[in-house]
Amino acid sequence: MIKPIERLYNGIIKENPTFVLMLGMCPTLAVTTSAINGLGMGLSTCAVLMMSNLIISLLRKFIPDRVRMPAYIVIVATFVTVVELLMQAYVRPLYNALGLFIPLIVVNCIILGRAEAYASKHSPLPSFFDGLGMGLGFTVALTLIGSFRELLGKGSVFGLQIMPKGFVPATIMIMAPGAFFVLACLTALQNKLKLGKSKVEPPEKFCSGNCGACMDGTCSIGKKEDADK
Amino acid sequence: MLDVIIALSPTMIFGFVYFGWRALMITAISVASCVLTEFVYEKLMKLPVTVGDLSAVVTGLILALSLYSTAPWWIPIVGGVFAILVVKMLFGGIGQNFMNPALTARCFLVLAFSSIMTNYPEVGEIDALSSATPLQLIKDGGTVSYAKMFIGNHPGSIGETSAIAILAGMAYLLIRRVITVKVPLSVVGSTAAFVALFTALKGEPITLNFLVVHLLGGGLLAAAVFMATDYTTTPVTFWGQIIFGVTVGLFTAVIRCFGGMYEGISFAIILANLLTPIIEKVTYPKPFGLRGGGAK
Repeated sequence: MIKPIERLYNGIIKENPTFVLMLGMCPTLAVTTSAINGLGMGLSTCAVLMMSNLIISLLRKFIPDRVRMPAYIVIVATFVTVVELLMQAYVRPLYNALGLFIPLIVVNCIILGRAEAYASKHSPLPSFFDGLGMGLGFTVALTLIGSFRELLGKGSVFGLQIMPKGFVPATIMIMAPGAFFVLACLTALQNKLKLGKSKVEPPEKFCSGNCGACMDGTCSIGKKEDADK
Repeated sequence: MLDVIIALSPTMIFGFVYFGWRALMITAISVASCVLTEFVYEKLMKLPVTVGDLSAVVTGLILALSLYSTAPWWIPIVGGVFAILVVKMLFGGIGQNFMNPALTARCFLVLAFSSIMTNYPEVGEIDALSSATPLQLIKDGGTVSYAKMFIGNHPGSIGETSAIAILAGMAYLLIRRVITVKVPLSVVGSTAAFVALFTALKGEPITLNFLVVHLLGGGLLAAAVFMATDYTTTPVTFWGQIIFGVTVGLFTAVIRCFGGMYEGISFAIILANLLTPIIEKVTYPKPFGLRGGGAK
């Protein structure tokens, strides 16, 4: 039973779809205006991903190679429809908040990416756990981004007031730019934690490569180009 | 950079005298937080400390001049840290930022704390003018006296109200040849032209007072002189500067005439900053005596 645990670790930490693979950026940036939206989006994607990985893995010997993409899309779309209808029936507020982004799970590149890269080549059980790991990694990432945006933009997390009364919420954090700020900061943080003190030296000069407009007389690249002319 | 600080000083002094000690406090906090952010970042990242080039001071001053004196004390701190850390240092420090740091910080603050950032100070004698900035007044159909706008005794941000002080700073910068007249002139001229055009398109009457308020009543003049002429984010070519200025004027007029905000110059300038590399590429001059394509 090493494989499933390894798959879970891979999905959540090692190859986290949001912070490492940088997949599925569209829902990541669009729906994480609050922690609960991020969690909802992550869990619905996770459910679809588990089931589609399982079915695609089961059918991997029957799906002809040339039409595999349409076949995957049909399987994914089926589960998305199921999830959408269930959400509409049982979690109406979340369904209204996520809106168009639920049907758009069909074209989430994490799902097609895992189908193509993993489920179509591996047996059902590891594929299922790969979907679960990736889905949970996505959920953790979206919930984290949503929490930070809600905390800074509204002063609350999951609707609970966290910040003291004097705190003035920065509305920009729950608008589009805030998503980029938080995503960039969290990605940088996890790179720092993961890579630690790596031996990669920072480049000596921040060169834009635009030697024509460069004012730096000490730079050797520009001089070399001048000499070539 | 010292020249820019000298050129900014008439505007600053007017702001301190007119808006009182709060304006001084806001400016001091803004400059301090900009300089401190740059120093701490460079120490932490083990980079050479470049605080001595005064560019952080200029950023802090320009940021403060674009704020209202009623802003709470933490607004210039948030703005200064954002300007230096995110816009300047993360992109490689001085000369590498692709947007004007002070203006980007101002836009960030406007979007983040819109209710605080539009809370202008009520100053001067009690009359119709002390209740709204000139741009708001004319949007509601009022008129503003020319003398008020030239001297600057009307509500507004710390450094935008006094046309005389700004023009004095501009004259100094022109004499010292720090800036050329092309950018300020094309910004102001094209804003007037586009505002007139859009107002005519909307079928509203255009009066001289209306146009003068658009030019002098808001932050247009200060921004055209001190912010649109930033060395790093403005094209260096002759036609590039004029195209840049006209672009700023167009965006400003669009935001002012069709947008929900009264003021649009700060957003206009950072949008035009983004176009600077393209403008420069298009207007790159052909070296003398070279046939064919010129620059690659």
